[in-house]
Amino acid sequence: MLKGKQSWVFQNRPVIAAAGVSGGPFEANGNLSEDFDVLHDDLWMGEDSYEKAHRILLEEAGQTALNKANVQKEDVQFYIAGDLINQITPSSLSARTIQIPYFGVFGACSTSMEGLALASFIVNYRGADHVLTGASSHNAAVEKQFRYPTEYGGQKPPTAQWTVTGAGAALVSANAAGSNLPVTTSATIGKVIDMGLTDPFNMGGAMAPAAADTITAHFKDMQLDPSHYDLIVTGDLGRIGQETAYELLKNNGLNIDREKFKDCGLMIYKDDQPVQSGGSGAGCSAAVLYGHLLNQMKQGTYRRILVVATGALLSPLTFQQSESIPCIAHAVSIEMT
Amino acid sequence: MLPMFFWAFVIGGLFCVFGQILFDVFKLTPGHTLSLLVVLGAVLDGVGLYEPLADFAGAGATIPITSFGNSLVHGALQEADQHGLVGVLTGMFEVTSSGISAAIIFGFIGALIFKPKG
Amino acid sequence: MSKKTKTPEQQQYEKLEQKHELKRPVLKNCIRAFWVGGLICVVGQAITYFYIYFFNFTEQTAGNPTVATMIFISMLLTGFGVYDRLGQFGGAGSAVPVTGFGNAVISAAIEHRTEGFVLGVGGNMFKLAGSVILFGVFSAFVVALIKTLLIIWGVI
Repeated sequence: MLKGKQSWVFQNRPVIAAAGVSGGPFEANGNLSEDFDVLHDDLWMGEDSYEKAHRILLEEAGQTALNKANVQKEDVQFYIAGDLINQITPSSLSARTIQIPYFGVFGACSTSMEGLALASFIVNYRGADHVLTGASSHNAAVEKQFRYPTEYGGQKPPTAQWTVTGAGAALVSANAAGSNLPVTTSATIGKVIDMGLTDPFNMGGAMAPAAADTITAHFKDMQLDPSHYDLIVTGDLGRIGQETAYELLKNNGLNIDREKFKDCGLMIYKDDQPVQSGGSGAGCSAAVLYGHLLNQMKQGTYRRILVVATGALLSPLTFQQSESIPCIAHAVSIEMT
Repeated sequence: MLPMFFWAFVIGGLFCVFGQILFDVFKLTPGHTLSLLVVLGAVLDGVGLYEPLADFAGAGATIPITSFGNSLVHGALQEADQHGLVGVLTGMFEVTSSGISAAIIFGFIGALIFKPKG
Repeated sequence: MSKKTKTPEQQQYEKLEQKHELKRPVLKNCIRAFWVGGLICVVGQAITYFYIYFFNFTEQTAGNPTVATMIFISMLLTGFGVYDRLGQFGGAGSAVPVTGFGNAVISAAIEHRTEGFVLGVGGNMFKLAGSVILFGVFSAFVVALIKTLLIIWGVI
């Protein structure tokens, strides 16, 4: 059901039946390694290119989710996935493996919530009994495409972020009576916001306005107060983006408890890992939400959370053509029954 | 011998500081910075300043990428001296070839034997 | 890189964002660049003397094998995954010496091997270093042309 200008309420309360999370060596040494289902100790994962390893991450996350939910892939109607690589080929190739009718989506690092919002909508209106959705990224494959060869001695400034090697996938299903599973209750779809920033090594600063815009729109559409949620977590704003977004939200009149405003990119790694301003990538929000945050919700730490995945919609070409960085953010609210 | 080591260190270091300022203050990419430096080397040799610098600072002038511009101009001028204007085209790579040849050859060998480590 | 003119809203945001943006440690980076670049040149000087005294090169001609040797060293450092760490620490100190040029070519070659040797390695090797070659050659052409013409016309 449409609520307000750009939000959906999922009145039939679709559930996240299960989720799977996979990661690479850096994440294995990170802050949330306990919440990963599959961890690899090198970036190749038994394949002969980074791009192929990227596909493996998503396949494993998806298969893990299906195993945990005890659902066969033949019983899943649709698969919604995306990543950062050109033409989202790792996701498409994972769809080739899993053989479920497939929607490929691109939202850069906001893909996870874009997928979750669409999956929830489809299940809510009985367009499917089960929809599998996921997002992933691979540090080396992304660096190779967007920035420099991985062995190049370039110097990253302190505003740069580290692309997560990881994938998160969730099985969204119709609600069954008596289940104690997380429910996706609403979603707010973001607009493209571009504040004229051009530095591809400062994604956080570019994405913060999009996050603030979507969060503001969510509370306005849903007519709620920020205190409704135990946690508002952004995808990968990083140190700079998070501080900037918080100030923007205050300027918009939203009083959010600073302790309840977190960022997946700042949660996933330890302080001594060389990640400059924090983690990023389509896999960042997916891996943190579908692993750590859902586990925390099941343990009772959070009852209602708002996940706002943020994406920077640039390409290597737009930067060379002196285009600024357009950004977007999608929000999904998840509540324990 | 020892003074040469000292000046190589200082002059080489200063070229790099100049490059770092282009990186951090002017926010130029490595591609832009190195291209600018190589052009600088060519211009300095054109006005006759690079050779004295190399005599004085040794590797401090021959190792930074500016020396690439310098030796291209050198080769061109040497050939033009002997064969007239057409020498500007034909002579450029005579003095410089080792840098580019080495990069290509070792690049290929590198691709044969190494895998990237991420 | 031209900048489009910003709307007032964008300019206001730019000011807000600048408050939170972590600034680059320019002085620290310059000091590191100085040391790393200086040391690389000292190594180059040692190699130059090595070629002069052991291989009968002169001061003028020792430059060529020195550069080739330095690039060989950068191949090893790049291949063993050391040069990228050196680059993060030393910045321009590792990018400006000719070893940085070697690293640019070699890292691109190694990275794109997964696309095959002809299209991958061959087609991508000069992704980073191509601009140096282009501008080096073209500026040398212009400089040498101007100087040669001035000599021919008897001006200098």
